[in-house]
Amino acid sequence: MAAISRAVARVPLLVGYNASPAQVAALGFIALFLVAFLIVPILRVILVAFTDPDGTFTLVHFGDFLRTALLREAFWNSIYVGVMTVALASLIAVPLAAILARYRFRGAALIHTLGVIPLVMPPFVGAVAMQLVWGRNGSVNLLLLDGLGIRIPFMEGLNGVIFVEALHYFPFILLNLSASLASIDSAMEESAQNLGAHGFGLFSRIVFPLALPGYVAGAALVFVKVFDDLATPLLLNVTNMLAPQAYLKITSVGITDRMGYVISVIMVCCSLGAMALAALVLKGRDFATQQRGGGGLARRRLSRTGTIVAAVFVVLTLAVVLSPHIGILLLSFATVWSFAVLPDGFTLAHYATVLREAGPLIANTVLYCGLAGLIDVVLGAILAYIVLRTRLPGRRLVEHVAMSAVAIPGLVLGLGLLRTYYDVPLPNGEPLATFWLMLVIAYAVRRLPYALSAAGAALQQLHVSLEEAAENLGAGKFRVLARIVVPLMTGGLAAGFVTSFATAAVELSATLVLVARNADAPLSYGIYVYMQSAAGRGPGAALGVIAVVVVAIATFIAYRFTERGRGRAAREAF
Amino acid sequence: MARRVTIDRVSFHYGSGAVLEDVSVEIEPGEFFALLGPSGSGKTTLLRLIAGFGAPSSGAIQVDGRDVTALPPWQRNVGMVFQSYALWPHMSVARNVAFGLERRGFARADIARKVEAALDLVGLGAFAARYPAQLSGGQQQRVALARTLVIEPDVLLLDEPLSNLDARLRVDMRGELKNLQRKLGITTVYVTHDQEEANAVADRIAVLDRGRIQQVGRPVELYDRPATRFVANFLGTVNLIEGRIENGRFVAGEFTLDGIDGAAGPACLSIRPQNISLGAGPATAAATVSSREFLGSITRYRLRAGLHDIVVDVPHRPDRADHAVGAEVSLFVDPRHVTVLR
Repeated sequence: MAAISRAVARVPLLVGYNASPAQVAALGFIALFLVAFLIVPILRVILVAFTDPDGTFTLVHFGDFLRTALLREAFWNSIYVGVMTVALASLIAVPLAAILARYRFRGAALIHTLGVIPLVMPPFVGAVAMQLVWGRNGSVNLLLLDGLGIRIPFMEGLNGVIFVEALHYFPFILLNLSASLASIDSAMEESAQNLGAHGFGLFSRIVFPLALPGYVAGAALVFVKVFDDLATPLLLNVTNMLAPQAYLKITSVGITDRMGYVISVIMVCCSLGAMALAALVLKGRDFATQQRGGGGLARRRLSRTGTIVAAVFVVLTLAVVLSPHIGILLLSFATVWSFAVLPDGFTLAHYATVLREAGPLIANTVLYCGLAGLIDVVLGAILAYIVLRTRLPGRRLVEHVAMSAVAIPGLVLGLGLLRTYYDVPLPNGEPLATFWLMLVIAYAVRRLPYALSAAGAALQQLHVSLEEAAENLGAGKFRVLARIVVPLMTGGLAAGFVTSFATAAVELSATLVLVARNADAPLSYGIYVYMQSAAGRGPGAALGVIAVVVVAIATFIAYRFTERGRGRAAREAF
Repeated sequence: MARRVTIDRVSFHYGSGAVLEDVSVEIEPGEFFALLGPSGSGKTTLLRLIAGFGAPSSGAIQVDGRDVTALPPWQRNVGMVFQSYALWPHMSVARNVAFGLERRGFARADIARKVEAALDLVGLGAFAARYPAQLSGGQQQRVALARTLVIEPDVLLLDEPLSNLDARLRVDMRGELKNLQRKLGITTVYVTHDQEEANAVADRIAVLDRGRIQQVGRPVELYDRPATRFVANFLGTVNLIEGRIENGRFVAGEFTLDGIDGAAGPACLSIRPQNISLGAGPATAAATVSSREFLGSITRYRLRAGLHDIVVDVPHRPDRADHAVGAEVSLFVDPRHVTVLR
């Protein structure tokens, strides 16, 4: 008793919050990290957009934006591309998800594969290859011209951006919608059938509304990602969109040009707006937790015709989805590939070039992304633990701030970091903003939501009684963490690390803004620079193939860790 | 107009295993009929076959002589209340209840009237605008019931409808269900694994084990005259004593009982614990008290009689002295109170 009352006297405030002083300090540190590297930079961008050089408030820059025809066009183009990408991605993803959820179909594994293939290659890597396959003088159009005498403008202007982005991002809709469909209790459908519903009425009244949350979540994510993507339009020579305009203002005029900041603010508003709209639609619709059964809809056997239609659709989709991958592979081995269905000849020279020159690029990527992943896992695990296991005030706020990084375009964060830390000198006189560590921080901030969700999910499956049992047997807080919590969370943490690593390895928006010199450049930047010149396309493609292989391996590892974590959780449930 | 349900030699195979094997049962019009069995006995599968979820591997299902075996669920007019209630979370209570009527093309005004009446019937008239997530488990269950009853189904199917409720509510609800069924006179098939529940509500019970019907009968018949060891065991505590019948006498080691008719040979006596009395003097068997539990209305003794462990329930009365553990007692059994199993 005496020991307890002494302990209580020492930390009188913390007892009600079920937290230790170390946890308070950790929460404070994470809050500080987010304030310094997320909130202040974004506020700085907003501040600059709304003030004159002398610091007085003004709306004149926004007036300039509205008066400039090019920028108005860029705004509507960005919205158009975002919406059309969601539409095209839905055309691909919705039938696939429906086939998976509804029918026993031999090609199910193929669809699952379809769901991850695009994610291992960033859209800008595939963009150049897509030009060669689908462009005006690309393989497909040359074949069409030869056979049918027509050309289809797949890649002309905005079409190209929409096509490339939809092929890359449709898995977000597929995965979310599939998860939503899988969580529908089969009794939901059966009870409707029992009351006389079937066919389209059953689908439109019961299945679709119940699956809507997953679809909306996926669609919002696609919109935000597309809005954020800078490199794809740049590589396709489309500059009349918001992200390229902001980038061109900053790089051509300089970081003092107000218009770059105005565009950034508008981009943030659009991203947050899309997220808010999705949240509004989803409000009160967390159906997954309101259903008892789960386990998905009853699967039916497909008729012969149905099987053929489904198989043709899946195979065609697979062919289209794989076209950038095949294109980039061909390009990486091609001597010359222009005005031809296939390259003129094949060579290993590009790989030789890349192996000579790309060492530092790869080393930089491993260093930056490894550090960023590590920061994310540590901060994510600690924050998830504090959120779920303590009642410290403000913990939810910190969590929300951390998660909001998803909706902040990389370009905007990069610009904010650059502006905020340009005046902070390092001991050697170099600005902190152009030090390579800034890239690590930008990656870490933007990927923290992934690691945080992974850690949270892992911790949620770990029942608090497992910790209490250890405490009951005499283990202190630290020993419980080290012996019980961390080992059981390993799967989730590893998945979080790899996800952070893999997505950071192919990030280019913030990278383009923050890379100050070639020696600091990571792999993604290298691919971009190579791809910009005709002569560099071969080596760029070879580098792209290397990046794809690295990301594919990382994704596979993440998948294995997630599965292992899930298996373990399932075993514990019984 | 209540309907008759005929299950005619129905088998259902899943993969290589048989979930139901040659099941035949006749459910009378207006009857409250329970399918009772442990999990995996096939009772829910049978209910789902009646509703049209899955087709029997062989056999037929008829409603009032009409073969419905090949009809899809939405053409059967057989109302089912699901174990999970399966209320659609995106629709209000009223919309949930109106759903089946809309499918049937009723006029708007008729739907409103019928929905109101159905909700009043289950005592939830004031909850029409709520959403399922805003209701308690018991209320959700009533909505599920109203949603099914409003379409005036030919048959009402209830799949473990009380299993998600707490113990107290379960007892209240089963009384209400019984009253409602009596009032509407609708033929009802009720799946449960709880023998007390089945006894309380059902006119007749079919006991299933491993896909086969073990016995069909009124609850009292099943309890007093079980046909198999499984039924005897499943419907409450029982003493099953394996022995032989010779010349009108049952013998199992120390345990002997006169007045047992039946052909000579191996047999098993099924005796409920309350049908054995304890005392001193000449008896069926002598035994030693090995343990004693006071359960309120009764005291339950476990006795050792030779090689047999025997459970005896003695009604509790304040003036009656208990037998101590280790005490020697005599067992008395009235041969009219035992059932002979082979």
